[in-house]
Amino acid sequence: MTHNLTAETVSLTAHGGDEIEAYLAQPTDVEKVGSIVVIHHMPGYDEESKEICRTFAAHGYNALMPNLYSREAPGASPDDAAAVARANGGVPDDRLVGDVDAAMKRLKSMPTSNGKVASIGYCSGGRQSFLAGCRLPLDAVIDCYGAFVTADSPPERPFKMTAVVGEVGNLSAPLLGLFGADDQFPSPEQTEVLRAALTEAGKEFEFHVYDGAGHAFFWVERPSYRPETAKEAWGEIFTFLARTID
Amino acid sequence: MCTYTTENVALQGSGKSRQGWMRVTDATVYFDHPVHFPAGHALLIDVTDPAKGPGARLALELDAASARRLAESILRTLDQVPAGLLEETTTP
Repeated sequence: MTHNLTAETVSLTAHGGDEIEAYLAQPTDVEKVGSIVVIHHMPGYDEESKEICRTFAAHGYNALMPNLYSREAPGASPDDAAAVARANGGVPDDRLVGDVDAAMKRLKSMPTSNGKVASIGYCSGGRQSFLAGCRLPLDAVIDCYGAFVTADSPPERPFKMTAVVGEVGNLSAPLLGLFGADDQFPSPEQTEVLRAALTEAGKEFEFHVYDGAGHAFFWVERPSYRPETAKEAWGEIFTFLARTID
Repeated sequence: MCTYTTENVALQGSGKSRQGWMRVTDATVYFDHPVHFPAGHALLIDVTDPAKGPGARLALELDAASARRLAESILRTLDQVPAGLLEETTTP
């Protein structure tokens, strides 16, 4: 069933008490539903990411996406904001967790919330979704091709990301991982390292590594988009959410 | 892939953006997903004045071969400039 929905820009009191921009999509013909925090990819809080939020709402979930670059570039176009964030070295992990925490609490406070919240992130957001799952009481975590979960970003670069696999013991929820076999960040070998760490920690997880797909196979309107893979992976997402947050 | 490969460069000069001419003080050079150029990855250059905000940016997205030709052309051009003139133009 495709739900009726509304989608709008809202203000979110986030990490450090900062008021940041966020995009809220919600079904309007439901009583109690699960929710999901959407963590946008490194290219920013763009139209494609907003469409992802609306897709979750159309499938009956409340979805909230904080603009992680609100502070550096309030009101800027997504590509300009992403350029500033990149030049500044990316989003600090503590701030990211604080922003996701605020989004999670906002979703739980909504009248239609069933009290359960998932997170999903793409590209850099995949790593951030995993990190949020290790530090926040989420009910489900989805990592879409997040790099630098198991290995640090290259040294001597302004853009620094450190491995977060060491926090795997604190992962609070089942994890769904969606990866492209042709990706190098994360490479299939790095995905196997994460699989081993999750297994050793006794965590519930499910990985899908798709042949013929590389990084950003969900990113419509770009050459990396793989329609068949994306359709199949969307199906895995909704099956996983039905099991974890419905 | 998202390479995250990024170099920051300090520079001085001017560039023309959608708001007209502006001073530029910084550049970020990286190889990653372009916003507009229809390729999976490209050499991306942002030339900016951070003091003027996120919109003060000239953006360039080039395929790797084009980027190499441009870089070589810049170096070749500079190598051909008489030494005295080169020193003169590096003084703001």
